[in-house]
Amino acid sequence: MNAITQSWVEIGVLDDIPRRGARCVRYGEMTIAVFRTADDRVFALEDRCPHQNGPLSQGIVHDGCVTCPLHNWVISLESGEAQGADEGATAAFPVKVEGNSVLLALGEGR
Amino acid sequence: MCKGKITETITAKGLTTLDDVRAHTKASASCGSCTGLVEQLMTLTLGDRYNPAAVASMCGCTDLGHDDVRRLIKAKELKTIPAVMQELEWKTSCGCAKCRPALNYYLVCDWPDEYADDYQSRFINERVHANIQKDGTYSVVPRMWGGQTSAKELRAIADVVDRFEIPTVKVTGGQRIDMLGIRKEDLPAVWAELGKAGFVSGHAYAKGLRTVKTCVGSDWCRFGTQDSTGLGVRIEKFMWGSWTPAKVKMAVSGCPRNCAEATCKDVGVICVESGYEIHFAGAAGLDIKGTEVLGLVATEEEVLEHIVALVQMYREQGRYLERIYKWAKRIGYDEVRRQILEDADRRKAYYGRFVHSQKFAQVDPWSERVSGADKHEFRPMATISLEAAQ
Repeated sequence: MNAITQSWVEIGVLDDIPRRGARCVRYGEMTIAVFRTADDRVFALEDRCPHQNGPLSQGIVHDGCVTCPLHNWVISLESGEAQGADEGATAAFPVKVEGNSVLLALGEGR
Repeated sequence: MCKGKITETITAKGLTTLDDVRAHTKASASCGSCTGLVEQLMTLTLGDRYNPAAVASMCGCTDLGHDDVRRLIKAKELKTIPAVMQELEWKTSCGCAKCRPALNYYLVCDWPDEYADDYQSRFINERVHANIQKDGTYSVVPRMWGGQTSAKELRAIADVVDRFEIPTVKVTGGQRIDMLGIRKEDLPAVWAELGKAGFVSGHAYAKGLRTVKTCVGSDWCRFGTQDSTGLGVRIEKFMWGSWTPAKVKMAVSGCPRNCAEATCKDVGVICVESGYEIHFAGAAGLDIKGTEVLGLVATEEEVLEHIVALVQMYREQGRYLERIYKWAKRIGYDEVRRQILEDADRRKAYYGRFVHSQKFAQVDPWSERVSGADKHEFRPMATISLEAAQ
């Protein structure tokens, strides 16, 4: 994590997000997809596939990845990078769970 | 994508499986209609190291093929996705976007009264009961039984288009009206308005029964031999809501002039003076193929029993995403005729299992969501102002 100051914003509680699913957070013009894995890890990515801007929040979540609903690119939830033979990355945002609250850090993307 | 690029990539990257070649070259990776050609190039480049006849595994999560997985789900009475993955030693902890929708379908089909549908394992279209478009908006197709509509229905559609400023309205190949460019947040309100006019989901997004096209038949046509419209409506009302390995499109034509184009459908009926000729295994998409004839029956009741049994046989045996024409070719057209046309006991058993499964499948997903189901799907979790993040 870099040293710049981040402001954590509470966006809801963990149970708002289905396991192996995602919810969207609107931030100005941008949509951020907040994912929850089967083992309750939480990740946040800009809701745009690096391939053709597909909404990643609508994809199938498996292990630490999401498969884009438009053309099946597989994107790492942690890094935002395309997996396998595909190349490209979407912005990832720091997100954490405190108690039951989900907090998102905005400002600089990772 | 040219031949030289594919063979060069196979050699340079040391690729040995079709999935590898798809990942690196994108050849055969979208519609798949060039798969045979790509396999020829692999044989040419790899020689004995590539065996196109080997059973393809479902995906990278397992070495088992679809048929083995289906057989073991029944034999071991596996009734949840985690149970399948545990018992069949999946290599990943929660599958992937290829195997999860397949497993979910197999479990829905095999245990209709016990399995709890796992919506997180469904492709987005089936999860939100609309069709995702390239810009992330959705399209909505209400059911128009047999392709018939009325002034009241058309007026309701026009009102919805105006109210939600829907940019495009299109008549589909299956005799339905498609409204395109709807924001996801608006879907429940659109469905609510359509529901007031009596519309239910048209399942245009489903690996399931899509449409039954009809011609006007003996009601209007001077050549019509039977009530093809009525029969189409009856088939659609009986079979809507059913999930199948891939989409199922049907048609009923009132005479052999075949205005409903029944002879390129998954299942089709051609009405004749002496009864109803039942067809199956047609295609008019990636492949173009005329149907095979199942046989001639005398009454609408018999049509329904044969068609329903045929579709149930396909539901139980088909591999996920395998259309009827591919399944029927794989197991043999004569085998389908033997089980469905000639073996009345078996036909009635298939029919019975379909009817049982429909008890759990025929729930309108749009009205469920208008009543509040899956609320989280259609609303943002939070809206943050730019100032709040400073």
